Amino acid sequence: MGFFNKIKEALVGNSAKQNDKYVAGLDKSGSSLSSKINELAARYRELDDDYFEELENILIMSDVGVSMVMTIIDEIKKEVRLQNIKDPQAINDIIVDKMFVIYANDSYMTTKINYDDNDLTVILMVGVNGAGKTTTIAKLAHMMQTEGKSVMVAAGDTFRAGAIDQLAVWADRLGIECIKGKEGGDPSSVVFDALNQAKEKGVDVLICDTAGRLQNKVNLMNELEKMNRIIKRVVPDGPQETLLVIDATTGQNGVSQAQEFSKITDITGIVLTKMDGTAKGGIVLSIKDTLNIPVKFIGLGESMDDLQEFDLEQYIYGLCKNLMEE
Amino acid sequence: MAFESLSERLQESLKKIRGQATLTEDNMDEMLRGIRLALLEADVNFQVVKEFIANTKEKALGQDVLGSLKPGQVVVKIVHDELVDLLGTTVSELDLSKTPTVIMMVGLQGSGKTTTSGKIAKLITNKYGKKPLLVAADIYRPAAVDQLKTLGQQLDIPVFEKGTDIKAEQIVSEAMEYAINNRHDVVIVDTAGRLHIDEPLMQELQNIKDIVRPSEILLVVDALTGQDIVNVAQSFNDHLGITGAVLTKLDGDSRGGGALSVRHITHVPIKFIGTGEKLDAIDLFYPDRMADRILGMGDVVSLVEKVQDVYDEKETMKTFQKMQQGTFGLDDMLDQMHQMRKLGPLSGILKMIPGMPKMPEINDEDTDKKLKMTESIIYSMTKQERSHPEILNAKRKERIAKGCGRSVADINRLLKQFEQSRLMMKQMGNLDPVTGMPTQKPKQNMSFNPNRKKERHKKKKKR
Repeated sequence: MGFFNKIKEALVGNSAKQNDKYVAGLDKSGSSLSSKINELAARYRELDDDYFEELENILIMSDVGVSMVMTIIDEIKKEVRLQNIKDPQAINDIIVDKMFVIYANDSYMTTKINYDDNDLTVILMVGVNGAGKTTTIAKLAHMMQTEGKSVMVAAGDTFRAGAIDQLAVWADRLGIECIKGKEGGDPSSVVFDALNQAKEKGVDVLICDTAGRLQNKVNLMNELEKMNRIIKRVVPDGPQETLLVIDATTGQNGVSQAQEFSKITDITGIVLTKMDGTAKGGIVLSIKDTLNIPVKFIGLGESMDDLQEFDLEQYIYGLCKNLMEE
Repeated sequence: MAFESLSERLQESLKKIRGQATLTEDNMDEMLRGIRLALLEADVNFQVVKEFIANTKEKALGQDVLGSLKPGQVVVKIVHDELVDLLGTTVSELDLSKTPTVIMMVGLQGSGKTTTSGKIAKLITNKYGKKPLLVAADIYRPAAVDQLKTLGQQLDIPVFEKGTDIKAEQIVSEAMEYAINNRHDVVIVDTAGRLHIDEPLMQELQNIKDIVRPSEILLVVDALTGQDIVNVAQSFNDHLGITGAVLTKLDGDSRGGGALSVRHITHVPIKFIGTGEKLDAIDLFYPDRMADRILGMGDVVSLVEKVQDVYDEKETMKTFQKMQQGTFGLDDMLDQMHQMRKLGPLSGILKMIPGMPKMPEINDEDTDKKLKMTESIIYSMTKQERSHPEILNAKRKERIAKGCGRSVADINRLLKQFEQSRLMMKQMGNLDPVTGMPTQKPKQNMSFNPNRKKERHKKKKKR
């Protein structure tokens, strides 16, 4: 894994501290990687078609897009042939390396928030209904607080019943200010108020909640565009981050979500939520492949410190867990 | 659309077996691969796909390719039938025989339980004249109780809640008592979203089940869900024995293959589908329509229903008569455009038409913008100008341009477009509205033209 660690360090910087919880979230079994490899080796004497079919199934099971799976398998097969590997014990590094390289694809990835030192940093949260935007906002705000930033939130979901209260409850628990509008009111006006108040009070970060919207609803997407314009009017460089929240259980539709949302706003990263379940959210690999949007955070539960920076290596091992285990 | 439809996928592989009389293992292999990919891309679970393909293969093998049918059509038909078979051949409704009937809503976080609870409450009030009670048993997510309360207010349906400090079990047992005392004949219990691997919370659901003895336990499943749906459905079914499923967010552009997986794993019927955020956006589940959607074959039935919903027959006949009389004006054109618009985004409509998915992607925003522009121009005209556009001269056009903030060129473009559609209408105006057959001979049509010119002269004189 030496080679792998080097790229990883170069690309994202290491954050070993977090790994424990991350593993707990991704890897319910808790068995160590080396034992998995051994078990796998015992199961497969050689790298035959069955092995690759198993790998293919595992990746498809994780919601990695079908064509993406084909690409990954082809690449791994090529590499195996090139290095003339027959021993399954040697292949796991190749799997991870290959997937890493495909994901990274020579682009710069960071899991850090792009803070603006001279101006208000505005973060816009978008996503389909029920992805977990509001809960993620609470977690993000909490994370930023521990980093020493002052945070304000804007309840921009004026549509769904109870959404404003939901954010307000979180804001209360975190001891931060929540700018609210009327239910059914114009979300842009809430955002506008929040922007002005945030600037006045000199807080570092403003996180704007938005109503969940399915990406094929034209009017709702236009509303989002308007919010974006309003933000730009007050904070010219804003929103510094537009985070697309995607539920890990999401299937192939995730690509369409990312595609349509990035037509309207410049999506700077993805937050993959509900990773504490059995879903793997493999669709983020396809999203990175087609749209080059990286995952920044993953959500691992319902309490406010259940948000972690995305660690690709852990993630890929999590994906291939079954293959290495069985 | 990010996906190719099944029919498109099959086209290539079908070329190879054209002209062969029967379907054999050899000529079907590639096709089956195409079907497999299409199903996987529709989020059908891969285990389910595997079995499905095996079944299809068995049924298709040795099938004669009849008469004018193409082998591909035969295969698609087999696949379609097999899908319908799997999805359930009949429409399944709620069992409301017991009094009070208890319906328990369960599912993952964010799948849409609370909204669906509200929708079902509304549906059974309106359709069956029931008197439902909504019970807020989600004590975990902040403001979940408020959400249900707000929905209850909107629907004018009582909501039983005890805040978030009391255990969910306690809340539902009190709710049952309340329902019986207040003669509510249906009790809908909205439970908290939970992961299927969260043992304590799953236990809570079991406890609630033991208390309320529900006649329906509905698993609410998000249509955007991918492969993991089998784990979710399996686990909820093992713990609770669900009686049905609700597929939400089907108004998105996902294929909803998860429906197939849920059905395959649990064998319970899918009872409802959620088709929007409004509280009346709920529908019964029609297996054949879902099969079409999963295959990406277009959904003609839904399209026809949609058209019937929004199309005003009187309005259409009026327009038709105007067409026949040759008095079709700009106002009428705008009406037509509005009626079209009511159907929803154009791209969505086109997707429902079989064979249409091949069309280049239509930008809904562009069509919307165009409609807005046309609107603004036409609304800046006087009534007379709208019904007799020929009177528009340079001066009038300039005035209109100022009124709507567009250029004269824009107005000219619109007039040209109008002239074209009027010409087309004229040709169509000779058709009988019922049979669609020509009622007049084209020759008579020719003699009609000079008359119109005279008319125009008259008007010019009037000015």
